[in-house]
Amino acid sequence: MADLAAPLRMYPLGDAALVLELGQAIDPATHRLIQAFARLLDQHPLPGLREYVPAFTTLTVYYDCRALPQASGLPPYEQVASYLSALLPAARAAAMEYAPGALVEIPVCYGGEFGPDLEVVAQHAQVTAKEVIALHAHAEYLVYMVGFAPGFPYLGGLDAQLATPRRAQPRPLVPAGAVGIAGMQTGIYSLPTPGGWQLIGRTPLRLFDAGRAQPSLLKAGQRLRFVPISQADFQRLAS
Amino acid sequence: MNISVLKPGLLTTVQDQGRFGYQQAGLVVSGALDAVALCTANLLVGNPETAAGLECTLRGPTLRFETDALLALTGADLAASINGQPVPTSRPVAVRAGTVLAFGAPPRGGRAYLAVAGGVAVPVVLGSRATYLRAALGGFQGRALRAGDELPVGEWSATGVRLFAALRPANLRGWAAASWWAHVTPPRAQPADALLVRALPGPEYEQFTPESQQNFWAQTFGVTTEADRMGCRLSSPALTRHTAAELLSSAVTFGTVQVPAGGQPIVLLADCQTTGGYPRLAQVISADLGRLAQALPGTRLRFQVITLAEAQALYLAQQQRLRALRSTIQLRLIYDK
Repeated sequence: MADLAAPLRMYPLGDAALVLELGQAIDPATHRLIQAFARLLDQHPLPGLREYVPAFTTLTVYYDCRALPQASGLPPYEQVASYLSALLPAARAAAMEYAPGALVEIPVCYGGEFGPDLEVVAQHAQVTAKEVIALHAHAEYLVYMVGFAPGFPYLGGLDAQLATPRRAQPRPLVPAGAVGIAGMQTGIYSLPTPGGWQLIGRTPLRLFDAGRAQPSLLKAGQRLRFVPISQADFQRLAS
Repeated sequence: MNISVLKPGLLTTVQDQGRFGYQQAGLVVSGALDAVALCTANLLVGNPETAAGLECTLRGPTLRFETDALLALTGADLAASINGQPVPTSRPVAVRAGTVLAFGAPPRGGRAYLAVAGGVAVPVVLGSRATYLRAALGGFQGRALRAGDELPVGEWSATGVRLFAALRPANLRGWAAASWWAHVTPPRAQPADALLVRALPGPEYEQFTPESQQNFWAQTFGVTTEADRMGCRLSSPALTRHTAAELLSSAVTFGTVQVPAGGQPIVLLADCQTTGGYPRLAQVISADLGRLAQALPGTRLRFQVITLAEAQALYLAQQQRLRALRSTIQLRLIYDK
């Protein structure tokens, strides 16, 4: 359990970003504080705010010095740091009241050509392929952050039984929509990329689409559940 | 109003000042590696700073201007020419319809920027025209230029029209360059053997051994063949940390120097991912990011430590010079009448 009264660490990432460190480990309480802080920043944007990037234990705030008052006598970094420090009590209070994000259902066609490593995961877990699917689709996951590639979610909540090491040889090309496991992580490839995760299924949904106003299907703070579907459903949803 | 691509060059992409606001969706910023050089080129042809231009790498493209055009070249000198005559950089150049611009084999290549009055008017995707090659997004169909592409050109500004008129390109050559030129980045003392960039210690700087910290500032790095718009890997004796503890992924950005387990640093560039899990040893300052556009395989690179307050003052001064350039060009037009 994160100590919500722990002192906050702040440090610069160069001359145009400030990192707020709001916890030490991947845990839901730290995540709630980061989300609460991000929502506060949406409501009270600091002058010169370019954007922010939530991660497991940090919220990185990108700012443009030009928009900060130069007559204040405070250097730009100090102005940003004091602005963010002033938001902290409200963020802590909001984190206590934090309502979980929306639950998103991700249809997945498990096994077969879409899940070439399903048996590998099953053998590693010493269960049947059917049980792997049941365990994977039973859990509720939390989107801790989106990164690595556009729309790629880092999910928490994988059943420890399913944890499987990465493949010894990464595949040169993993298709978009592939659902995989790597150690204690499970995730969904958002673009065709090389990758070493154990692939157990595929979703017909597009995790990233530049043509949408919200290009990423998922965002940090959402909850997620996988719903097993048949190959026929996959084809229907994909078309 | 368009430009025909006769030869694409080695890697020519449409870029602007970058795509901000989508990093939390995992979407990289992209944009010109030397944003100040592109911005300068835009000002020289009367464009807004946000207009899109071309980023050319090592070997530039061959382009035919199908209508009258006003262009400016900045960044590395890639030996541009029209009808075999060299085209000077850092100034407005008026060309008549049908003119062909080619690039030569420069002795010391890097990246150059070409702006045209009206800007390269490809569609805006998520707020920017920058090309992100890996996701095939933005720019000209999300990819590097190919022979046969037709680049659309946007509406000229009144300043662009007047700059063109002032050059009276109706002479026999079919093109004319301004007698004046502008640099936004003042020439600084550079070691002859290396590109010098100033940097701040990164978030994990204290995790590195004192020797590695000293070596980072003292040694000259070579850029390896693993160098593209995402980043460039440097060769050096291994830089090591006190601890082998794995880090949780956190934000990284253009200019972040991260050190994977092997100890060879990587400098992240404009197309870098939004988050990473390697220790961040240093962060190149905003005012010097443009210099990294000239870091290509074989380049020698050195880092110089600086304070945060100095870095922010340098950035503000650089932006102030861009504003001053805009005003100066307006004055120039009045003076030229």
